[in-house]
Amino acid sequence: MTSGQIEIQLIAVVVAVACALPGTFLVLRRLALVSDAISHSILLGIVLGFFVVGNVNSPLLLVGAALVGLATVVLVQLLQRTGLVREDAAIGLVFPALFSIGVILIARYADGVHLDIDAVLLGELAFAPFDRLELLGWDWGPNALVVMSVILGLNVAAIALFWKELKLSTFDPALAIALGFAPAAVQYALMSLVSLTAVGAFDAVGSILVVALMIAPPAAAYLLTDNLVRLLLLAAGIGAGSALAGYWLAFALDASIAGAMATMTGVAFGLAWLFAPGRGLLAAARRRARQKLEFAQTMLTIHLANHEGKPEAAEESRIDHLDRHLRWAPDFAQRIVRLAERRGLVRASGQVLELTQAGRELAADALAR
Amino acid sequence: MLDLFDDYTLRTVALGSAALGITSGALGTFAVLRRQSLLGDAISHAALPGVALAFLLTGSKAPLVLVAGAALAGFAGTLLVMGVTRTTRIKYDSALGIVLSVFFGFGLVLLTFIQRRPDASQAGLDRFLFGQAAGLLQRDLVTMAVLGGIALAAMLLVWKELKLLAFDPDYGASLGFPMRALDVLLTSLLVVAIVIGLQTVGVVLMAAMVIAPAAAARQWTDRLGLAVALAAAFGALAGVSGSVLSSEAERLPTGPTIVLCATAIVIVSLLAAGRRGLLWRELRGRRDRRRLRVAAVLADLLALEQQHPDAHRGHSAAVLSVMSGGALPSLQVLERRGYVRRLGEDEWVLTDTGRTEAER
Repeated sequence: MTSGQIEIQLIAVVVAVACALPGTFLVLRRLALVSDAISHSILLGIVLGFFVVGNVNSPLLLVGAALVGLATVVLVQLLQRTGLVREDAAIGLVFPALFSIGVILIARYADGVHLDIDAVLLGELAFAPFDRLELLGWDWGPNALVVMSVILGLNVAAIALFWKELKLSTFDPALAIALGFAPAAVQYALMSLVSLTAVGAFDAVGSILVVALMIAPPAAAYLLTDNLVRLLLLAAGIGAGSALAGYWLAFALDASIAGAMATMTGVAFGLAWLFAPGRGLLAAARRRARQKLEFAQTMLTIHLANHEGKPEAAEESRIDHLDRHLRWAPDFAQRIVRLAERRGLVRASGQVLELTQAGRELAADALAR
Repeated sequence: MLDLFDDYTLRTVALGSAALGITSGALGTFAVLRRQSLLGDAISHAALPGVALAFLLTGSKAPLVLVAGAALAGFAGTLLVMGVTRTTRIKYDSALGIVLSVFFGFGLVLLTFIQRRPDASQAGLDRFLFGQAAGLLQRDLVTMAVLGGIALAAMLLVWKELKLLAFDPDYGASLGFPMRALDVLLTSLLVVAIVIGLQTVGVVLMAAMVIAPAAAARQWTDRLGLAVALAAAFGALAGVSGSVLSSEAERLPTGPTIVLCATAIVIVSLLAAGRRGLLWRELRGRRDRRRLRVAAVLADLLALEQQHPDAHRGHSAAVLSVMSGGALPSLQVLERRGYVRRLGEDEWVLTDTGRTEAER
């Protein structure tokens, strides 16, 4: 690996972790699409900031853009509060409009400058190592790495500092209000973090990847744990892992790094969806299959108990009779009988079944419930 | 304006944008009513890898092929959203966010992969990102019109079922209508409406064309039929005016211009529409406040009169202002209506009609 490749991967990991932390709270608070809105409308902030400052690399630009991101949230809420449009429509009205203004301003007044729409939307991580921060005669590393590290530090500090406020207002907003925790203030603080993170990441990886990194890793982690600390750590880990995997996928295909990273966050989510212990599709399917077998065994004992000691017992307790009485296919009946035998619920002598004491108890217990 | 009829390109562009606006406006109404506004955003982003895959697999750039790819991918995206929300505890918003960003990211991988193949004549695929009305050709127009027509016809065919779906799906299910199938049908129609617009408006901004006309139309009426018709009209208006503007002016990208035209329609509607409009609401509020102040002053005068037995003594505006605040304008209104009389420079008394009115 060249030092450029290492630096790109470092940036990718730092961006992924910085996004996953506030993203976790967005997912938990059902505000995931706010990241979509903010990451688009900060384009306008960057353009306006560029007109004022005249320099794409100024830190003032970041602050300006983050403010526009925050303004998006405020606008959405104002629009919603008129009662004329609902929240989802309000989001969908505000960010395309702001984004459109941004695109038009770039096309008309900033064409040919470093601001180019493709880079803004799609990001160009491959060029990030060439844009370096040199200060006091020192090379501090790529600009994006420095900026994102600072933002990551800020996110960690803010989440640690306001831990109980965030936790409470996320899981029980009503209690948070009752205890005087000002959930609205927490909300805006969180939105400011999201906005700042999106702006920082936007420059390196483009706006769509910001959405992917903020939502998919926390959502995947949410399928794996119920503990908030573990959720944050897992989300950060999944984000970082997807970022690295995405980098090498892009390297192999010679394709967009940001796109490949977004793809890998989706793959990570898909894996969690399928294989999550307890909650995954596979675990659910296996649970259902097991329940079906257990239920069938219980049915068998109830059926046998019903006819036990009655004149028809000899006829009813034949294995080949189950097909008619319980509508079981012969294969299935054989399988259930074998399972029930192994559990010591029935004894088979030839075709005739007989309940054991354990089987009788199970049937009685199931009927009593 | 004459150009619209003479200029071949402009006419194609305007007709195409109108077709897209009508279809997305009409079907968007249902999405907005069912609180699925942002599903449009997810579908349009999810369509991108479909476009790229269709090109990769067939090597063709025929509009029907690309649109079919886009539709399949958009449909797959919505199925995934439904699957994730049904089988996990992930909420709708997160599911939409994952699908839109991951599909879009995958689409980018495919697009950049195509671009870097030495043989590819990929030019034109990236216009799906931001849209390019100027690139519309006659064959695109035919595809758009036919597909849009089919979608609208299907909508009209199952109109009353869709109405049930939008307002009371549980009742519909109890009547024996297949609501799940209708849901899938409506979503498919929305997918068609969205993929029609992709090459003109682009993946990123297509969501606005689903939401804005519908949100604007909603302000003017409470009837579904009228809302759908109005949304279609607004969509067409935004499409035509935006695409004409962008082809007249230099360096005015089509997609964003159309979106801003739609936004302008929304703003006007929010401010000025019938009884819901913010402007009317504000005016009504002011009128009500003034009416209340006038009534309060009238009541105050009556109270003063009853406490001061010499009935014909006047009371100054200053005293009344202490009681209800800012009394002078209200007194002038009352004087004009003949409810109060001015005795001296600043002395006011009730007239007989004023007294009956106040006692009422």
